[in-house]
Amino acid sequence: METQLLFQLILNGLIVGTLYGVVGMCFVLIYKASQVVNFAQGEFLLIGAWTCWWLLTAWNIPFFWGFLIAVAFMMVFGMAVQLVVLRPLIGEPIISVIMVTIGLSIFFQALMKWMFGTFAQPFPPIFTVDKVNVLGLQVQTAYLLSTGVSVAIMAGFAWFFKYSRMGLAMRATAFSQQVAQSLGISVRQVFALSWGISAAVSAVAGVVVGMVNGVSSALSYFGIKVFPAVILGGLDSIFGAVVGGLIVGLLENLGQFVDSQYLKWGNLYEIIPFYALIIILMIKPYGLFGTRDIERV
Amino acid sequence: MAIDTMRACGDYRTSYAADQTIFATRLTMLFCVAAVILLCVLPLFASRYTLSLFIQMGYLGIAALGLNILVGFSGQISIGHAVFFGFGGFASAYLANQGVPVPLAIVLAGVWTTVVGLIFGLPAARVKGLYLAIATLAAQFILQDFFVRAEWFTGGTHGAMAPPFTLFGYDLSSDQYYFYVVLFFVVVTYLGATNLMRSRDGRALIAVRDHYLSAEMMGVNLAKYRTMAFGISSFYAGIGGALYAHYVGFMSVEGLDILFSIQFLGMIIIGGLGSIMGSLMGTVFMVLLPEATGWLAGALSGSALDQALHLKDGITYLREMLIGLAIILFLIFEPDGLAHRWKQIKAYWKLYPFSY
Repeated sequence: METQLLFQLILNGLIVGTLYGVVGMCFVLIYKASQVVNFAQGEFLLIGAWTCWWLLTAWNIPFFWGFLIAVAFMMVFGMAVQLVVLRPLIGEPIISVIMVTIGLSIFFQALMKWMFGTFAQPFPPIFTVDKVNVLGLQVQTAYLLSTGVSVAIMAGFAWFFKYSRMGLAMRATAFSQQVAQSLGISVRQVFALSWGISAAVSAVAGVVVGMVNGVSSALSYFGIKVFPAVILGGLDSIFGAVVGGLIVGLLENLGQFVDSQYLKWGNLYEIIPFYALIIILMIKPYGLFGTRDIERV
Repeated sequence: MAIDTMRACGDYRTSYAADQTIFATRLTMLFCVAAVILLCVLPLFASRYTLSLFIQMGYLGIAALGLNILVGFSGQISIGHAVFFGFGGFASAYLANQGVPVPLAIVLAGVWTTVVGLIFGLPAARVKGLYLAIATLAAQFILQDFFVRAEWFTGGTHGAMAPPFTLFGYDLSSDQYYFYVVLFFVVVTYLGATNLMRSRDGRALIAVRDHYLSAEMMGVNLAKYRTMAFGISSFYAGIGGALYAHYVGFMSVEGLDILFSIQFLGMIIIGGLGSIMGSLMGTVFMVLLPEATGWLAGALSGSALDQALHLKDGITYLREMLIGLAIILFLIFEPDGLAHRWKQIKAYWKLYPFSY
């Protein structure tokens, strides 16, 4: 029935929304710490998922260890990207920085297609039960796990930024790089670490999505979907990214509901976040929780 | 004193008139005219393949110039140039199918695209930099979706047929003649852009790029010029797209994806942001890069490297990777692009042997 479908879609929206939220958080983390807009965020998901898949299928490593190795690899990978590609561009205009991440994005996307092909590859089965019944709705086990993991990651982020030394250093750097430096915080380390963490957490999200939909280059689309989410929430607000992610996830699925029931347009599902994006930019460019830039002369 | 054949090193221009000439010296002007004349005789002996490459450089070069006006001269980023290129192609095909003569349809398509560009450029009046980049990213997806949906206009997923280019009843659609058509448009648009940059509007655009607060204080209307840059850029993209549509004879939504938009950005970065001839250099680079890749892969076929990497199957990906790599390497090592390198080469010869 329709209400059944609606509830199912809302649930899907919340689950996908948390994933968007996690990826959005990673995006905001990089933006806050190093003022870089990372257009290659989706590729972090992609590379992480492929690495994990490759470890699992080619080497028959148990899922837990394969997953850990992939995440660790992505941590190093993220730092390496920052060190090799982004560091020379510190102080360059924003166009150059955006373009270099776009360049990274198409480079790695093509590389992944070349190495692993264009077809979606399923993960080896990890759970014995494929779907679980939650309040009368069918939910994939992997999705349940993903929500659990996402919430855990969000809690971890909250703890990290509130209590850990490095997290505090990162917040200080985001506040003012000069002040942070004069207090003895290594800004270079913070930059590298923020990229590392972001890549590693993105890889977790990538693996989770890959478990449900199979690993394919479609994963990198998350990196684009993240823009409506972070703009909605405010570019420099981690909390905003989570809220934005949830809203975008819900919006997509509600769009699909309206589309399938009434409008019959086709892929409103994919396009509606971008309409929302344009509208937000027109009326409230700094998002729900973002800090407003005030320019003084 | 306005135009000399040679110019001493350094900037010794003493009047506004001298600063605003189209060609820096008479020699450069002669070079440009000579180049155009040389290109005019090219179709007499060049092969079809070479000509098709030149035509490709032509229509892509026009669109790249448009993007350079937007990104390089007015300092705004657009990640949706391909859809404006595509819109021009569709508009021209649509108009020509309605009975408008093709040359006129191409120009009208440019005007239509300008209007669309202005609509999507409206956020530019309010947001800038990064936010604008993301708004154009949204434009890319929204217009791409529109192309698939609007069957009356684009033929939907099947694409639209574009009638061949005819002028006064003569069919000019073969490569040999179409080359001249494209050359004409290239010369006109590039001269137009050079002239634009000499005018008040052009200087205002550069002022907005360099320091928008100061520009605003000097009485430059920021919203107007930011939106106008979008309009001009879309006009060029539309002309380029229309030329493409009538060259291929068919316009389809396929290939108008974000990668194509990024390729345009790659062209102007490699050529040089804020350099008019740089746009053309970057386009030449970007057109020749896939050809060079294909040639290299062909030369390596059968060797151990080929067997290990499956170059033949991976050639599309290799091309994409090289585009990405070229963008990254240029940004890190030569942020001012080929135009800057070209200037340095000229300076080297001018100062030889005292290259201080």
